[in-house]
Amino acid sequence: MGFEISLLTAMMISIIGSLSLNLITGFCGQVSLGHVAFVGIGAYTASLMTKAAIPFFAALVAGMILAGIFGIIVGLASLRVRHDFLAITTMGVNFVFLGFVRQQEWLGGELGVSSIPDPGLGKLGFLALVFGCVVLVVLLSVQIRRSWMGYVFKAISEDEDTASMLGLDVSQYKLIAFALGTSLAGLAGGLYAHHVRFIYPDSFAFVESITLLAMVVVGGNGSIWGVILASAFLSLLPQWFQFVDDYKLLLYGSLLFAVMRFSPGGLAGFAQLLINHNRKSSKSKVDK
Amino acid sequence: MSLLEIRDISVRFGGVHALEQVSLNLNPGEILGLIGPNGAGKTTMLRVITGVVKANHGEVKLEGELLNNLPIHVRVRKGMGFAQQIMRPFREMTLVENVALAAGFKHTQYPWLSLFRFERNEALRESRKWLAKVGIEDVADSFPEAVPLGYLKRLEVARALAIRPRMLLLDEPLAGLNQAEASAFADILFELNHQGQTILLIEHNLAEVRRICTRLVVLDNGQKIAEGYPEKVLMQSSVQEAYIGKGNLNAKN
Repeated sequence: MGFEISLLTAMMISIIGSLSLNLITGFCGQVSLGHVAFVGIGAYTASLMTKAAIPFFAALVAGMILAGIFGIIVGLASLRVRHDFLAITTMGVNFVFLGFVRQQEWLGGELGVSSIPDPGLGKLGFLALVFGCVVLVVLLSVQIRRSWMGYVFKAISEDEDTASMLGLDVSQYKLIAFALGTSLAGLAGGLYAHHVRFIYPDSFAFVESITLLAMVVVGGNGSIWGVILASAFLSLLPQWFQFVDDYKLLLYGSLLFAVMRFSPGGLAGFAQLLINHNRKSSKSKVDK
Repeated sequence: MSLLEIRDISVRFGGVHALEQVSLNLNPGEILGLIGPNGAGKTTMLRVITGVVKANHGEVKLEGELLNNLPIHVRVRKGMGFAQQIMRPFREMTLVENVALAAGFKHTQYPWLSLFRFERNEALRESRKWLAKVGIEDVADSFPEAVPLGYLKRLEVARALAIRPRMLLLDEPLAGLNQAEASAFADILFELNHQGQTILLIEHNLAEVRRICTRLVVLDNGQKIAEGYPEKVLMQSSVQEAYIGKGNLNAKN
């Protein structure tokens, strides 16, 4: 039972991570190839704080805030770059983060941070906390999607210049997407660190950013339920098959390529296609 | 007082003078045609007004307020409605949703607050009116890919109108339309102006410009060569030379 709970907890943390990227990449159209760096900032911040005897929830919030601050800084730096250049810039952020933590003794260097304190909630209690966070992140995503902010995000993801021509402050909206997305990534990081209770630089390697992006793209860029499904599946896959874990970059990279080539809308787009097809065929039957 | 005042604008791209000391005014209630042959600097002037291109020298003022260092979205919110030459509708939104995004400018003014604003029906209702105003309410719920070019041109104008601009800046709205479409669209612009909408019109279709504009400014090689009533301006030899060349003008005479 303990294994299943642990698996479920890890899966839900992945869902928070991918939904946080979905806010930036899916909703607002800003491709990020270095999102796991913000997960890492949250993880290191929260774990160092709980190790310094600061209460778990305060550490979790601090991790979110710091990740969000760095997110805004990266967002500011990224305002002048778009599309492929933004992807490369954010990829660079991931490598800068890794390069930094590997060299810092106070962050544990290559060995990372171990013996992270148990939050004291018990395995089931921690699972319930993570589940609660998933619910909140889903609610926030739905709120954004339904609000005028989501409407503007949709426009920006399609054409920033035209959005400006309609009087929309594109830079501010993009910064908000970065701030929200990266602080939630920080939340995922804090939860992750206190779930596995040991983190090291490779926990936040580039391949993990690709994994998060694969979850978003496979689920359907911008689709909340698609991303949840894809995250659940892709986070469990390496647990079921060892070779998936060994060849993660190759497999998830290929998956990204395949989805973009054959079904750019991901699972959600594919489902929509099926629904439209069924509607058309049932309508033509009625017409006959 | 002029609504828009452009004073001594100069723009250089490398060694090329795209605009040289050009001044013009847009007065409330008029429909001013900004014309000139290809490469005259019309679109550069529009880009200076929008803020996409920074002038090397000169001022752009809206009712006396200097706009030079303001970003485009602020200029729009101060009352400038732009319709671009190349239509760029949001293709994943229906036509009415395209307009509603602009019509809901009050909801989107403060980005953080927009997270707590949900009501879209009013903006959608209002947007149908704007679409009706440019004569395309019948395709309000279609996606841009399903409607012809002429409709997309009108959508651009409807979207610009939806922010309730003090002036409408149109970049070649009649380009690519056949004569019947161009004439019908020009009638709509004329009617909008008749209802009090100030318009700056950049256009190549001289027949329609002559028909609907109250005043013309002519650019050639980055310089203003004429200004005044359409009939008089278009008869000036300098303007005719700019369009058909000096040699051709002599041959014609």
